Amino acid sequence: MNYIFYFLIVFSIIIGAINGKLQDVVNAVMSGAELSVKVAFSLIGIMAFWLGIMRIAEKSGLIEWISKLLRPITKVLFNELPPDSPAVGDIAMNFTANAFGLANAATPFGIRAMENMQDVNKDKKTASNSMCLFLGMNTAGFQLIPTTVLAVLLGIGYKNPTEIIAPTLLVTSIAFISAIVMAKFAQWISNKKEAENE
Amino acid sequence: MNNLLNLISLWALPAILIIVLTCGLVKKVPVYEEFTDGAKDGFKVAVKIIPYLVAIIVGVSMFRASGAIDMIANFASPLLTKFNIPSDTLPLMIVRSLSGSGALGIFSDIANSAGPDAYSTKLAAIMLGSSETTFYVLAVYFGAVGITKIRYALIIGLLADFIGIAAAVLVCNLMFA
Repeated sequence: MNYIFYFLIVFSIIIGAINGKLQDVVNAVMSGAELSVKVAFSLIGIMAFWLGIMRIAEKSGLIEWISKLLRPITKVLFNELPPDSPAVGDIAMNFTANAFGLANAATPFGIRAMENMQDVNKDKKTASNSMCLFLGMNTAGFQLIPTTVLAVLLGIGYKNPTEIIAPTLLVTSIAFISAIVMAKFAQWISNKKEAENE
Repeated sequence: MNNLLNLISLWALPAILIIVLTCGLVKKVPVYEEFTDGAKDGFKVAVKIIPYLVAIIVGVSMFRASGAIDMIANFASPLLTKFNIPSDTLPLMIVRSLSGSGALGIFSDIANSAGPDAYSTKLAAIMLGSSETTFYVLAVYFGAVGITKIRYALIIGLLADFIGIAAAVLVCNLMFA
């Protein structure tokens, strides 16, 4: 993260200066900082709502039931989490919400999943293999129906916007599966390295 | 089939609410008390991710303002013609992993200027719909638990984005070209 942060800022200033856009780059600092707070604050209400709903789902045993249902899959994918970890239920809810395009609901579930994975993480500053896998799956953005895209296409008078649903689903599945394969491969390599060091 | 998909996406959220609340009531959970108790954390989490969001969003905003994306686009344009990729979709490929609102803006531009029947519009729609804003996802989720050493998470996110772009080009070529 240190290098990425350094690169984004220093590289942007140098490139901006070369392009004669230094003023725009400087302005972007202000507008970017303002936007971050706006994004965070716009999350408060919806985050509170879904965290509240999740608490009910947890107390009624619903989350535990979903976790049990998905255990055959999660046991293989998240093999470094304890089998009865509450993170499994949160991960399931996160993907359900994402699949249906409820990005606002997916974020609180995902954050709870991260918190539960953090509880069993050895080094609290460093991402665990399970976290990297979970985020890899998340950044691939698996979604059944791309609602925002469909709305834009309808807006410009696209005759049959639903024809892009199937190809989008195919593409997102390819990205999703490759993210899982790559994360598992990286996990295997890093575990091997660790074993050699010991 | 399409109607069914639309129906599912419309009912997904209401169905979750009905199921969760009914389950709660049946199991004699004090739903109102538990809801408000759980919701308390909403503010805490949102405030906790602010520093991480500021770091990433400021960095990405500066990067976009610097004109670096146009430079990459110029540099890569000979490659595009080789793979039958319309050049107006290139900025979208670069911005997609960096900024969600930026990507949506570029997609709207493409859709409005190229029109409903254009190949660019279809390719851009598939690219936007099939991926997520990698940088944002990492900043929010790692930020919420205070993790700063992210190991291979970013590389996998970006590689998956790249595979998604390649797959979108391939599928779009087969279906619409």
